[in-house]
Amino acid sequence: MAVKVISPGLSTSVQDLGRPGHYHVGIPEGGGMDRFATRIANLLVGNNPGAAVLEATFMGPELEFTQSAVVAVTGGELPPKLNGEERPTWESFPVKAGDRLSFGFLKGGARAYLAVSGGIDVPVVLGSRSTYILGALGGHQGRTLKAGDELPLGEGSGKAGLSLPANLRRAGNSPAELRMLPGMYWHRITEAAGNRFFEETWKVAPEADRIGYRFRGGTPLEFVEREQPFGAGSDPSNIVDACYPYGSVQVPSGTEPIVLHRDAVSGGGYMMLGVVISADMDLIAQLQPHTPARFVPVTLEDALAARTEQRAALARAEGHLAG
Amino acid sequence: MAQILSPLPGTFYRSASPDQPPYKADGDAVSAGDVIGLIEVMKSFHEVRAETAGTNIRFIADNEDPIMAGAPIADLD
Repeated sequence: MAVKVISPGLSTSVQDLGRPGHYHVGIPEGGGMDRFATRIANLLVGNNPGAAVLEATFMGPELEFTQSAVVAVTGGELPPKLNGEERPTWESFPVKAGDRLSFGFLKGGARAYLAVSGGIDVPVVLGSRSTYILGALGGHQGRTLKAGDELPLGEGSGKAGLSLPANLRRAGNSPAELRMLPGMYWHRITEAAGNRFFEETWKVAPEADRIGYRFRGGTPLEFVEREQPFGAGSDPSNIVDACYPYGSVQVPSGTEPIVLHRDAVSGGGYMMLGVVISADMDLIAQLQPHTPARFVPVTLEDALAARTEQRAALARAEGHLAG
Repeated sequence: MAQILSPLPGTFYRSASPDQPPYKADGDAVSAGDVIGLIEVMKSFHEVRAETAGTNIRFIADNEDPIMAGAPIADLD
């Protein structure tokens, strides 16, 4: 009743839809960075959308099954191979005891989600099976997978041959357009710097990970002169420590914006220009290093409308899979 | 002719550190399993190894080039 890890890939971890409710004590919500892909992978194999899946970053693992199951791969275009034969993504297919699942080179996106019927049955920690790697919490022993690991599976019954057509998936743009709501500390930069921030094209830095996505290539920000407030550090980008929202865009020293993602730290002393809207956080999860990206300013009304549209798109996909 | 492809997206390096010589020079012979470069991604470095032996390696990717997964790094005879 297990999946054996033959080789782990680059950074593969157990994730579900996360553990909300503990961010105030520094434990991030976590969970699959591409929530749409996480949910759909589960639905394709007959699981609850919040069952635990494997999130593979940039490179797939090689796995061996010790029992029959139905599996599906969604998210980035990481072609699955069953015993060396390519299988489609966004479509469930059967595996049997002794079968090996490996992956070809990543063809698009950045993260793939592998769901197995029954779900990955690691212990629930603080309400979730997600791995918080930085905190060594949850998932499989609180870490990314290693060769030799065995992951238990729950009881499931999936149906092979279920698929989500391309028109029901979210397509990315190039350059990626990340809609952003300017926020509390916007007044700290000059108007010219603010305009340039949105006009310029940035590139994903190779350091980008589950904690934050770093961007570089734009002009450093010019700050408005001020006397540093008591309790703030000496850099013009420093503030008196504040809470960091999920999606917030901090710019340490005004040089490289970092968008905090699902394993975000919960607070600190860098000013935030605003937040990337919730509807666009899945897009960030699928950006490879060096991908061009732009930040696009929106209003709160735009952000809420985008969230409503994203929920409708998810409902259409769920409706299709429910038949 | 064989091609060595990048298994990962990231930044490609031809040597282990800036003060070291490249792992392989153009024209070198390569054995299966030889390290031919590094890819930097997510704050760590990953060795790129040749899967098959060959002669006369010719690099397509330059040192510090941004590289996508599946992109050619070098040709081999």
